[in-house]
Amino acid sequence: MAKLDAEKVNVYYGDHHIIKDVNLSIQENTVTAFIGPSGCGKSTFLRLLNRMNDYIENFKKTGDILIDGGDIYDKKVRVEDLRKRVGMVFQKPNPFPKSIYENVVYGLRIQGIKDKSKLDAVVENSLKKVALWGEVKDKLQQSALALSGGQQQRLCIARTLAVEPTIILMDEPASALDPISSAKIEDLISELKENFTIIIVTHNMQQASRVSDKTAFFYLGELVEFGDTDQIFTKPVKELTQNYITGRFG
Amino acid sequence: MKQKFDINRFKDNMFKYFGLACTLFGLAVLSIFLINILIEGLGRLNWQFFSSLPSRMPEKSGILICLLGSIWIMVLTAIIAVPLGVASGIFLEEYGKKNKIASFIEINISNLAGVPSIIYGLLALEIFVRILGLGKSLLAGSLTLSLLILPIIIVSTREAIKAVPKSIREASYALGGTKWQTIRFQVLPAASGGLLTGVILAISRAVGESAPLIVIGALLYITTIPTSPMDDFAVMPIQIFNWLSRPQKGFIENATAAIIVLLLITFIMNGLAIYLRNRWQKKIKW
Ligand SMILES: Nc1ncnc2c1ncn2[C@@H]1O[C@H](COP(=O)(O)OP(=O)(O)O)[C@@H](O)[C@H]1O
Ligand SMILES: [Mg+2]
Repeated sequence: MAKLDAEKVNVYYGDHHIIKDVNLSIQENTVTAFIGPSGCGKSTFLRLLNRMNDYIENFKKTGDILIDGGDIYDKKVRVEDLRKRVGMVFQKPNPFPKSIYENVVYGLRIQGIKDKSKLDAVVENSLKKVALWGEVKDKLQQSALALSGGQQQRLCIARTLAVEPTIILMDEPASALDPISSAKIEDLISELKENFTIIIVTHNMQQASRVSDKTAFFYLGELVEFGDTDQIFTKPVKELTQNYITGRFG
Repeated sequence: MKQKFDINRFKDNMFKYFGLACTLFGLAVLSIFLINILIEGLGRLNWQFFSSLPSRMPEKSGILICLLGSIWIMVLTAIIAVPLGVASGIFLEEYGKKNKIASFIEINISNLAGVPSIIYGLLALEIFVRILGLGKSLLAGSLTLSLLILPIIIVSTREAIKAVPKSIREASYALGGTKWQTIRFQVLPAASGGLLTGVILAISRAVGESAPLIVIGALLYITTIPTSPMDDFAVMPIQIFNWLSRPQKGFIENATAAIIVLLLITFIMNGLAIYLRNRWQKKIKW
């Protein structure tokens, strides 16, 4: 069974038809890249998967999105529980204006977990997974805002891991970072693949081809082509895909 | 071409000097006023002045009663107005955006912030003093001033909340936070600098008000120290008003000394507000 299934999904913002009849199936423990020119609906589609669009006025969706076989828009689903299973990392690093420690444990604190030794262990584990532990272990109580952009983004990933999701959504997670920090995030994604299902939106073709197993090409709200990354980048079926990846438009 | 350029430059300079002159004029008037008050009143500021009850003899009079009255009013008003104002601000900003009642309330709150304070006094006279039977008590006075500063607190709470970036909320939601958890643990702490600033400025406004209190009848000659919210009271601005209306020179001197104390209280509160704002701005850079 697929980890995630989108069936005939349409999204409207008021009268604007943003996502058009998208069908997509994503397997467990894979990295899927969403590519396409800006404004084509990549972020909108990604944010459907943890219901982050719910807050937008005039937002309307049709079709179904199933995770582990269950409809995530079902009335019985608590959106907070869904988001514990489906984490999200944003384009601009957005640490809370609190200490490094408090950033990592926030997701657990709001679940009511108070046990200090448990929290300490989670902080160490999560920071180790994102290769930040060595850099910050002596200043866990300092403000997260004092970290560099790349460190902040890795902290945001650690914060997401602390909640133990099974899917991680990333919306251009490296686009605001310098090349070295960006490379570190890419390495991290490859490692996380072992235990998580990752979906990443990216503008950067090289990045998509480096980190992902599957690639989905969106254009004007439609899913034009979806397949193995190798195939999409070497012999795409659709001419539109060919034109986009060779940089003829974008 | 060249001439036109020079004319514009001339206008530019003219405006600069005009602006400077206006600023200096304002400052000069204010300084003369302050210096005058300091010269007249400073000599009167001694322990006797702070520790004495009002008296028919100016040199035996003091501000003990009205200073305590102002402190009582400040504390009670804060206890009443801050929770109400902050809660309404949160509600309007975070929850009530879409429905019609909320937008109706919203328009009215902006209007209320501009209503002259004496009108609040009239409203309070009817409701608190007569209908609720609270008399001219500290409680009635505090409720009156709470009405007056509620719109200010609500508006500044909303501004402070609005200034918290969307990315912080999104981060909290994305980690499984409920709306209330997001407000309680992220939005309010991040907004607390602006929030406190607004609250302090509102309370310092309340401490300086006299008109609405005169309307509810707090223009009394009080000689007992207020010990409960139901006691009659006097406040600094009203004591000043009282003294200024006396013919003897000694009372005028008392009034100026009391003005210095009142100014000091407001300066300290405003200073505190500015300090808090700067501190928060420095601490939180997004
Ligand atoms: N909150 C919104 N309200 C209305 N339209 C929106 C909103 N957010 C995005 N859009 C529109 O939806 C389309 C897709 O946006 P988005 O998903 O952000 O594209 P991408 O991430 O691929 O650049 C764009 O045309 C954008 O203008
Ligand atoms: Mg986007």
